[in-house]
Amino acid sequence: MKLTDQEKSMLQGEQGRAKARAMDLLVRYGEALGAERLVETNNVAGAFNASTPSVRELAKKGFDAVYSELNLDSPEIVEVPHMVANTCQLITGIDNERWRIQGISEDLADQQKQAEAYFGRRGINMFATCTPYQVGNVPVKGEHCAWMESSAVVYCNSVLGARTNTEGKESTGAAALTGRIPYWGYHVTENRRGTHLVEVELDVDDIMDWGLLGYYLGEIVDDEIPVLTGRCHQPSLIKLKHFGAAAASSGGVEMYHIPEVTPEARSIEEAFGGNAIKDTLQYGAAERRIAYENLNCATDRKVDFVMLGCPHNSIDQVSLIASLLEGRKISLNTQLWVHTPRALREVADRNGYTSIIGEAGGVVMSDTCPAISRHMPRGTKVVATDSAKQAHYLPAITGVSAWFGSVRDCIEAALTGRWNGGLA
Amino acid sequence: MSADRVGHADGATKIVLRGRKVVGGCAEGEAIVTQDTISGWGGINERDGTIIERRHELRGRSFKDKILVFPGAKGSSGWSAYFHMTRLNGVAPRAMIFNKMTTKIALGAVVTRAPAITDLDRDPLLVIETGDWVKVDADNGVVEIFKRPREAPV
Repeated sequence: MKLTDQEKSMLQGEQGRAKARAMDLLVRYGEALGAERLVETNNVAGAFNASTPSVRELAKKGFDAVYSELNLDSPEIVEVPHMVANTCQLITGIDNERWRIQGISEDLADQQKQAEAYFGRRGINMFATCTPYQVGNVPVKGEHCAWMESSAVVYCNSVLGARTNTEGKESTGAAALTGRIPYWGYHVTENRRGTHLVEVELDVDDIMDWGLLGYYLGEIVDDEIPVLTGRCHQPSLIKLKHFGAAAASSGGVEMYHIPEVTPEARSIEEAFGGNAIKDTLQYGAAERRIAYENLNCATDRKVDFVMLGCPHNSIDQVSLIASLLEGRKISLNTQLWVHTPRALREVADRNGYTSIIGEAGGVVMSDTCPAISRHMPRGTKVVATDSAKQAHYLPAITGVSAWFGSVRDCIEAALTGRWNGGLA
Repeated sequence: MSADRVGHADGATKIVLRGRKVVGGCAEGEAIVTQDTISGWGGINERDGTIIERRHELRGRSFKDKILVFPGAKGSSGWSAYFHMTRLNGVAPRAMIFNKMTTKIALGAVVTRAPAITDLDRDPLLVIETGDWVKVDADNGVVEIFKRPREAPV
């Protein structure tokens, strides 16, 4: 790989051991990819936390050891300096305030708080959400980023027109210290053009339908680039957040185009940019049914736990949940957790939404989600969620069975303790 | 002919494929092959190396100490972190052979520190079967496959 003088200087250790190790990883990674060079980035979103039990042993050696192994793949423990690039923390495994409700042990919560303090001082901004674009990190079209979190990556590329591959803990750790990431994949204009044309034959408007469409398409196109045409109604941040998260769970979609909506596709022609259309897919009632049935693995209609907020809810979603719960009480047999970024939780508190949800018997959580933390209310066997992503992952990770439906279906399940959702 | 096929002393048939090094090194072991892409975070148990994804062909099977042959990576950006942990936990695959290059798999292979090869001259998913003995020389981009003797069809 071709390195600049500045990059060579970092690799040779002239700027400290941490940067040498970071550059070593970037070179090994870039060569594995077949990249010819690195590109500068000043927008990194990664995972630097110490919020899972598996980190315990490493954390005993200190947080430099955690960062060295897990964020740099370095067998040598290096002293972590201040980050070079603007860097934020994505979702963690622990709600710093409600960890007891999660069932997290006090020592793990303490370890996470200490890690946050350590990394925070070194310039990792503690957004602690899977949706940095909801709380102030909104990259500009064309901006080179190094982001983790598959749902954020697909949003960054597709909706914002900024450029990132799906990075990992180690590559974001290295990018944060060097301001570099391999110039490969979605950083390159030619690789951002559409591959599959999708003809949407039924109305896709609400969040549930955007989730189903994403879940169906991910499985078919895998990591290629679908271009949506047909009866997609004007989407919003929330709808595209759910669509992308679903498509990046059943498959590996990192970019899509919706002509006249997303920034690199003023037309179908521009979306494909001269690429031949590899395949044309239809999405109608039968495909919608397949996605729905693939997502709903539960048979028992008794619901123990309702999970909302994957990806983390916007304030509009929290507001809707509060309005559906106002003056009502959820079932004694069911727990409800609503997940939103901590910065938006402040707004929810001020607006009274947190209180309304709390009075109904629900909990507003931040910083985490059950799939990441692997913590749910004790004894949970059946989950209901409005998130295709969570319905995909929770059964695999925790062994529960899941119902997927609209937010109204989910609130109804919380109130009655039973699943009555279905495809309209 | 793009691959060599020669008889082997012990009766096993040897097939040779050539490809591109992703991570250097040599390893050999029994193949575990899937036609399904693999998720890291949310797709594998990093403590025992088993596939946990619902509806996955290999659900419940472990790649620990095997030569993992698969189309590529999908899903969460935690791919590398979870394969990284399989190495720390001693349950990583001995080598990886795959078709589709992505950032997830490139970084995952690098941090797993197991030999890895891609861009082979024949589709490894068609040539290699679970149970075959496979030697990977990633430095030279060579994969040798010793077919497991199969029972003759009745």
